[in-house]
Amino acid sequence: MIRSEILKDIAPILKDQLIVCNIGIPSQELHAIMDQPSNFYMLGTMGLASSIGLGLALAQPKTVIAIDGDGSVLTNLGTLPTIGNNCPPNYILMIIDNGSYGSTGDQPTYTGRKTDLAGMARAAGCDNVVEVRDVDTGKALQAAIDAQVGTVMIVKCDSGNAKMPVITMDPVVIRDRFMKAVAS
Amino acid sequence: MNIDKKIADDLVANGVSFVTTVPCKQLAGVIDEVDKRDDIFHIPSNKEDEGMGLCAGAWMGGKRPCIIMQNTAIGVTINTLATLIQYYRMPLPMLISYRGELREPVACQVEMAVHTKALLAQMHIPTYHFHWQKDVEEFDNILKYTFMCNKPVAILTDANFWGGYGDQ
Repeated sequence: MIRSEILKDIAPILKDQLIVCNIGIPSQELHAIMDQPSNFYMLGTMGLASSIGLGLALAQPKTVIAIDGDGSVLTNLGTLPTIGNNCPPNYILMIIDNGSYGSTGDQPTYTGRKTDLAGMARAAGCDNVVEVRDVDTGKALQAAIDAQVGTVMIVKCDSGNAKMPVITMDPVVIRDRFMKAVAS
Repeated sequence: MNIDKKIADDLVANGVSFVTTVPCKQLAGVIDEVDKRDDIFHIPSNKEDEGMGLCAGAWMGGKRPCIIMQNTAIGVTINTLATLIQYYRMPLPMLISYRGELREPVACQVEMAVHTKALLAQMHIPTYHFHWQKDVEEFDNILKYTFMCNKPVAILTDANFWGGYGDQ
């Protein structure tokens, strides 16, 4: 499966959840598949989905799902020890690991070679790290939501992108409706 | 006056309850003070742009954030300031140690100091410069201003403000 197929598969689980979605094609895919006010689309700042999601989870009690990518996590590896040492029970970091930089033309990342993100997350102090295959994403995500323990999920899947339009929504509108969803 | 305590008091008085820090010799006292306060959640960051991501999330979650960092980090946070904090119009007080200013003993620090104000001006970030301990009296108003206008605001604090570098 490729990322967009996984997102379609788990859309019913993501409904009404607070989601912070990675920059580029992941946000475009999520927006096209299931736009909702509780989606925060990143339009810039590659690498910070996990940090924004962690800050949000630490600031309020609702479950937060950060949908990140292997390439983005590699640009902000300091996030793993910060999560490992401060992970609240309502935080799920779901790294869709397709071994490539999807938004820039599918150049390979190091996770497609020797680097093991699950091992790095564990070594960084993340207590609850699960690695799943693409077809098992929904089951693992639902289990993480139900368990209410901070979780880092690494979803191994194929590289590839669906053709989706760019997001033209104003950033302040994205942020404003998201904050209203957080506060509701 | 204990400026570390005064800064932490002003943060608390302005409802700032989420503070991320990156270590700095000059800022060590205020970082300790923030860490001691029960009404402030202190989360150390590994890098300043990571810290700005944490602050963005905390603010959207209903907390008032602050980042405490060095001016050299302006060089690594330009994109985050432009495409996250400014683009989504978020407030972020940035308490910044201004290494490379008067009484600086390490020449290399000057290289970023000479660019700091120009970069902040280019980014249209309101900037205040504390030279003397009494300047801390403005901090409360600066915090109010930051959360009024939903912008990142820089407070540059040089060695004179923190009491110098000891024997030189």
